[in-house]
Amino acid sequence: MASTETTGVTKTPGDGQDLAGLEAGLDALESQAGPARTPVRQVLVQKVLPPLTAVLLVLVVWQALVSSGIVDDPSKLPAPSAVWDEVREAWLQGTLLDYIWTSVSRGLLGFLLALVIGTPLGLVVARVRFIRAAIGPILSGLQSLPSVAWVPPAVLWLGLENRMMYAVILLGAVPSIANGLVSGVDQVPPLFLRAGRTLGATGLRHTWHIVLPAALPGYLAGLKQGWAFSWRSLMAAEIIASSPELGIGLGQLLENGRNASSMPMIFLAILLILVVGIAIDLLIFSPLERRVLRSRGLLVRS
Amino acid sequence: MATTLATAAADTRAAATHAARIEHVSKRFDGPAGPQLVLDDITLDVAPGEFVTLLGASGCGKSTLLNLVAGLDKPSAGTIATDGRPALMFQEHALFPWLTAGKNIELALKLRGVPKAERRPRAEELLELVRLHGAYGKRVHELSGGMRQRVALARALAQDSQLLLMDEPFAALDAITRDVLHDELTRVWRETNVSVLFVTHNVREAVRLAQRVVLLSSRPGRVAHEWRVDIPHPRRIEDSAVAELSLEITEQLRGEIRRHGQH
Repeated sequence: MASTETTGVTKTPGDGQDLAGLEAGLDALESQAGPARTPVRQVLVQKVLPPLTAVLLVLVVWQALVSSGIVDDPSKLPAPSAVWDEVREAWLQGTLLDYIWTSVSRGLLGFLLALVIGTPLGLVVARVRFIRAAIGPILSGLQSLPSVAWVPPAVLWLGLENRMMYAVILLGAVPSIANGLVSGVDQVPPLFLRAGRTLGATGLRHTWHIVLPAALPGYLAGLKQGWAFSWRSLMAAEIIASSPELGIGLGQLLENGRNASSMPMIFLAILLILVVGIAIDLLIFSPLERRVLRSRGLLVRS
Repeated sequence: MATTLATAAADTRAAATHAARIEHVSKRFDGPAGPQLVLDDITLDVAPGEFVTLLGASGCGKSTLLNLVAGLDKPSAGTIATDGRPALMFQEHALFPWLTAGKNIELALKLRGVPKAERRPRAEELLELVRLHGAYGKRVHELSGGMRQRVALARALAQDSQLLLMDEPFAALDAITRDVLHDELTRVWRETNVSVLFVTHNVREAVRLAQRVVLLSSRPGRVAHEWRVDIPHPRRIEDSAVAELSLEITEQLRGEIRRHGQH
């Protein structure tokens, strides 16, 4: 097209071919190549080695405290080996995975329920002014209420049953998830909303195509916190409300350890609670969050 | 012709002879010191296929006017008629970072109701038009500033609107890239025959691009002066004809600004 133009006046060639070449050059100069994948060795040295060293150091200090006789009462501080024996025994009896599964299945199911309830709730609070004014403050207030406070009423309302556990999880996690979505929506740049409207997105289509994807990072942060709240609430519920019908989860294990005055069992329970909480975060939420942030160029490599 | 058809006929004629018709438009905002008049009795037409730049110092309400034409806000008085919903391009690219360049364009097509099967080929075509054929699967953050604005241009064109509104779209770019994008925009405008209403505070940019330059005075914004630009394409920003007219317009613009220091 441009080559058919009659150019009599200008001294500089404004020819289309020229422009294309110029543009290709600019594009090549200005776009950076995607970050290369970090080699496995580097990941091991930078990400895996430091926490391993820290854990090892704790174990060494712990063992030193016991074997040097500074702490000589095993009912106060058992040796790491005693805790390890406890782990081995539970594994050999086949109960270790049962303990974990009882709690994890409850925690995840409760979390999924919280997700199903918290997401539409958060969306409505974020988008409907009246509802926001009505329950927004309550929702953020609930976040600061320790969910263990809900255990006594939940036991009285629902009895010593699984549904009481779920109620406590929901009361802990739903506000987190809803609030995460609310703050995610609040932080959506107004420019995206305007751009969406000029493209013709209105009502539900606007929410689905613009608001929700734009709010995803905040929402994921809320989910992460929601999981932490679910897990903590569940442990509180399991410790306080133990009953034979409920099976032995990690919280009950801890309580059993206290009743049996078995410090190794208590340490085992605490260790498992910690490990499971971290593992779920590392295996599910962190990769999800990283993926979303990286695809948007929001992840800064250190 | 039958009189019953008169209004309908007038409407189609208006649609055919004007990409946008702005008549006696005023806009007030409620400021801290009472209502403030931002735009005062603006009357302006954009013909089909015409390229008009709106020029003015800060406070002349040029972005406000563009928002009104885009339908993002309502005028306090007067009427604005456009042929369909105009496309709007911002100073920031406003591309959605959760979508690839190609999917950004496809979203615009989808919201316009283009069937799924046609979206991908159409998006590729539009990327081709702005000379970014390889960028379909690229994420927004992987593109340079100039490439982002070209994708944004392609997305705006995907709306298939008769009128393209541009709100200082190149202001944040470096001079070299801006110059290239001026050429690019001129080329795309001539190939697609879309009407453009382009807001800027850069006099040379206005002259470089437009067939008509409209100068707005500030506080409140009024149409102060208008120039036809008959310099033949291709133009360069350093052409003497561009420089000459820019000088004349700058003098006028400075006069408008000076008036505000006098009281």
